[in-house]
Amino acid sequence: MEKKIGCYICKGCGIGDNLDVGALESVARKDQKIPVVRNHEFLCGSEGLELIRKDMESEGVNALVIAGCSPRAKVDEFRLGAALMDRVNLREQVLWVQPVAEGDDTAEEDRQMAAVDYLAMGCVKVKKMDAPIPFEDPGFSKDILVVGGGVAGLTAAKNIADTGYKVVLVEKSDDLGGMLSRMHKVSPTKPPYKDPEENPIAGLIAAVKGNGAIKIHTGATIKKTAGAPGLFDITIVKGGKESTERVGAIVVATGFGLYDAGKLPAQLGHGSSPDVITSLQFEEMAKAGKIVRPSDGQPAKRVAFSLCAGQRSTEHLEYCSGACCVYSLKQALYVKEQYADASTYLIYQEVRTPGQMEDFYRKVQDEGGVFIKGDVTQVAKGAGGGLSVEVNDKLLRGKEKLEVDLLVLAVGMTPSLDTVDPNKASPVGAGEFDYTKSVLNLDYRQGPSLPELKWGFPDSHFICFPYETRRTGIYVAGPARRPMGIAASVSDATGAALKAIQVVESVARGAAVHPRAGDLSYPSFRKEGCTQCKRCTEECPFGAINEDDKGNPLFNPTRCRRCGTCMGACPQKIISFANYSVDMIGSMLKEVEVPEEDEEKPRILIFACENDAYPAMDQMAQNRAKISPYVRVIPLRCMGSMNLVWVADAMSSGYDGVLLMGCRHGDQYQCHNVRGSALAEIRLSKVSETLDRLQLESARVRMVEVNIMDADKLPEVINGFVDDIMEFDPNPYKAF
Amino acid sequence: MKEYTFYPGCSSEKGASAANMENSVHAMCQMLGIKLHEIDDWNCCSASIGYAGGGELPRMALSARNFALAKKQFGNRDLVATCAACWLGMRETHERLEEDQQVKADLNEALQAAGLSYDGGIKTRHMVEVLIEDFGFDALKAKVTKPLTGIKVAGYVGCQTNRPFGVAGDNFENPQYLDKMTEACGATAVPFEKKVACCGGALAFSENEKSCALIRDILQSAVDNGADVISTPCPVCQLNVEVYQDKVNKMFGTRFRIPVVYYSQLFVLAWGGGWQKAALHQQVVPADVLKKFA
Amino acid sequence: MAYDLSFAREVYKNSEMGHWIKMCMQCGVCAGSCPLGPHWEHSPRQLFQMVRAGKKEEVLKSSSMWMCTSCYNCIVRCPRHLPITHIVHGLARYAMEQGMANPQQPTHRFASKVFWENIVATGRVGEAGLTMKLYFLDGLGAGIRMGLEMKDVALGMVKTGRLNPIPFRGKIKGYAGFQAMLQKAAAIESKHKEAKA
Repeated sequence: MEKKIGCYICKGCGIGDNLDVGALESVARKDQKIPVVRNHEFLCGSEGLELIRKDMESEGVNALVIAGCSPRAKVDEFRLGAALMDRVNLREQVLWVQPVAEGDDTAEEDRQMAAVDYLAMGCVKVKKMDAPIPFEDPGFSKDILVVGGGVAGLTAAKNIADTGYKVVLVEKSDDLGGMLSRMHKVSPTKPPYKDPEENPIAGLIAAVKGNGAIKIHTGATIKKTAGAPGLFDITIVKGGKESTERVGAIVVATGFGLYDAGKLPAQLGHGSSPDVITSLQFEEMAKAGKIVRPSDGQPAKRVAFSLCAGQRSTEHLEYCSGACCVYSLKQALYVKEQYADASTYLIYQEVRTPGQMEDFYRKVQDEGGVFIKGDVTQVAKGAGGGLSVEVNDKLLRGKEKLEVDLLVLAVGMTPSLDTVDPNKASPVGAGEFDYTKSVLNLDYRQGPSLPELKWGFPDSHFICFPYETRRTGIYVAGPARRPMGIAASVSDATGAALKAIQVVESVARGAAVHPRAGDLSYPSFRKEGCTQCKRCTEECPFGAINEDDKGNPLFNPTRCRRCGTCMGACPQKIISFANYSVDMIGSMLKEVEVPEEDEEKPRILIFACENDAYPAMDQMAQNRAKISPYVRVIPLRCMGSMNLVWVADAMSSGYDGVLLMGCRHGDQYQCHNVRGSALAEIRLSKVSETLDRLQLESARVRMVEVNIMDADKLPEVINGFVDDIMEFDPNPYKAF
Repeated sequence: MKEYTFYPGCSSEKGASAANMENSVHAMCQMLGIKLHEIDDWNCCSASIGYAGGGELPRMALSARNFALAKKQFGNRDLVATCAACWLGMRETHERLEEDQQVKADLNEALQAAGLSYDGGIKTRHMVEVLIEDFGFDALKAKVTKPLTGIKVAGYVGCQTNRPFGVAGDNFENPQYLDKMTEACGATAVPFEKKVACCGGALAFSENEKSCALIRDILQSAVDNGADVISTPCPVCQLNVEVYQDKVNKMFGTRFRIPVVYYSQLFVLAWGGGWQKAALHQQVVPADVLKKFA
Repeated sequence: MAYDLSFAREVYKNSEMGHWIKMCMQCGVCAGSCPLGPHWEHSPRQLFQMVRAGKKEEVLKSSSMWMCTSCYNCIVRCPRHLPITHIVHGLARYAMEQGMANPQQPTHRFASKVFWENIVATGRVGEAGLTMKLYFLDGLGAGIRMGLEMKDVALGMVKTGRLNPIPFRGKIKGYAGFQAMLQKAAAIESKHKEAKA
């Protein structure tokens, strides 16, 4: 497609009053050789937009450079159907952060220079961009695999099918229903939230079985998951026989395990008497309608529940399972249901009643349930059969002994998925791995298991994209994701179902799902330049790149989240996107007019990640913070796409300093692409070698972590960096 | 002329410990246009201390008899009490008999032994509620002829007009009504931290020293905030905070001698009623600082 | 053996507002809000848990309940809206009914012996009589000492017309009915308690 660029400069929001728009037009027309250059008083208004549309229709303009407000403003207005567009941020990035006092000619000159530089960069950017051609494949499937036939899996399957998509449901046991089938009743889901409700699992199973759009494989496991979103090839094994299915997305809802009661601290008494049981055993007892002492079959009218058994402890499970307090309340009511004169005791650390469950807690108290804050310290034989349970009672500040018939231990939920420490991902391909140990057995170069976040649960970007795993198109829902109760599992599964549908639809259009929703570009690489260093295949946070037998990367476009981490990693610079490349950014930064040393106007380059840093900068501008006129900002998709060659380019172009602004990384990471920001920091530590070679101070290049809410701190960060840089001598390479 | 059924309570009997409140309230009503119809042959309500001797039902029966008499004599007209404890106890009893059919039936069975009955319908109000809701601060201010300018008043609301019912929708932790009354009189209301702190109530009788510790804190807070005078709506508070100042001084080495008056006394004085009508001659700790408005 | 629920069930049935004790969530705001808090042997919160724990003697013999001044601070702050003032008074009364209240506890003596007997004698409080009875409860010596200590106050009140020094007062007109009513109320209450047992 022949590119014809139109450059439109808006004079609204004070731009026309404060900048020399005529001079800017001249830069576009003469320096940048843009064929169509116009300005308008109010570009985002109907008249201004019409001006652009007319040029697109009659002048054949198909690539736009729009200079005015931030690319994050007026997004809908400027969605004009152009194949290529760049928004040059004159308002937030120049006007609002560089106030000029009456008569201050120097400041006015600096501001105009900034505007000129940004416009020039914008023009160069559009020149270097090509319209991405969406990735297509005739084999795309919109069917969705659901792994796990418990309440979460069944809910996901039913929701997906009801929305009009086909489901393949794989369940490893012979029956559907999972853990919920073993429950007597469930905690209340509707007002007044006071009574346990009938178990809904039978209805859910019937609905799924009766739905023609859901193909069910019970007694089956997954031998291999190969391919990519839209193109997953699932190998299912059932009774020794294999079959394959092609699906577009995967929802994993494999439920939970229960902490091994044999590992509980001895003081809880498990194993010392048959009357000390787990919550699951008690639930099954209640379901069978026989709440009795296992030791002698006598009615169990006095039941104690020990909450947090083997949980919230560094020696057992470190976390709280989130559902045990509520189901223990329910179980206390089971005892009352069977025996009107029951005595129930809940021995707790805290009583955690999320959602509406405070009313349920009150109900149990109203029915006479007694709550004791403390720990079970010893379990012994009680008088007349039964147990004597000693409690370190924190409310009465002493040891108290309770005589009960049953002691029920609320054990915690454990992960059901195989996960692997992402920092130790082993490049073991499928086939060498014992597939029975992995739920999905991914045929990915980065390994068969999902990367772990903590405690064996799969990683997700918990702030922004909770259902996500670090494998695109694969969503985990329910307790497999993190411990949760039934109501939360249903809502989780519904969310994951929606995301899975979003994936198959987006992939069919060739678009990314998130965080760059709708992005049609994807990386390509120039094979001839590859040295098989494997940095891209190993550093991709999403395992999107496989390897051929020679070590060359094999890209899977639909696994890709378009962050550009591979592009940043490649020392040979052979990876690029149609509209985002090493050359594009390199050319942009080189287009900036770096003043001579004697003018004493340093230039500081800022790479800002588009996820947190750039919005924080816009916010800072909205607050009218005053920023040094010497900075030039280039947005990047992710700090992961930061290629070190740009630092070298900047230094050799005469910039005095380079500041990288990425999202927080580490344990409490916020990087929207998980590892991008962290990788940039690691790469930066290697740049000092480059700088030494150039005989420059390594402190000229710095990385800071920016949170989207840091707008009030940013001015100090940026201006402080500029001040630090000005302590150094000017970059000696300015003259060249 | 607004008319109300009136329950004075034992401390407001002639020559009893709240005689100064009783007398100033009557003067206030006369000047404002309120006619009080005292229930004939009312009995003690047992305030907050009836639970021990009177258990649950006999204690409530005391108030029930007063309601029965009020209804017989004056119909469903609003019943006004000037004593905080009487008002609280009677209102609580009334709510119990309205909400619980068994309680209502039991009380009527007991009342029958006295030849009485009561089926509900009377609203129980404290005098300050009547002043605020039926007259309003503007009306109270309008009657001022001798504004108490320059007098700093610590409005000691105390417990029972404030909790659990509250007066005129005021906040439990920092009720404003007494301060607004102070200001309506032209005086200055000083904030003080012990505004809603307990004086010990009936326990001033049985656990006097514990009570004096509480009274000391109240006095200290009022004085620290520059008060010349403490005002209050409750007879036991007025009594406790006034008469135990010497004991407090002896126990704690302090030198308190601050007058404690009723809201009604300030109103009567500010409305030009004079010393006698405001019953200020009946203060045990003299209210000398108010003499100039007499 | 702790937490046998028979005492708790007894209290839920027989003590005024006792059934509310079930709803306490042991937050302790009541204990923190009480003006005489430090003087309670066991705070209201602890008393409620002790009731649940079956500690009948410790609860009913305790002087704690008698520390309540009826300030209602606990009631308005309790997040579960327990009528704590009444529960506590109820426990005090229940202790009396069970014969476990300490007869020497000052507020117990004042409330049951001095105050109640004073008002049922005539139908209204006789203030001078009340005060005298209170002072002389522990004998002549104690009475004289108290009288001397408070003499200035007493004199001041007599002078200002706020204390009628004559300790006797007349009965209310409907005294007979009043007495019958109280007796009947007590009888009805006992009947209810027996029925619940």
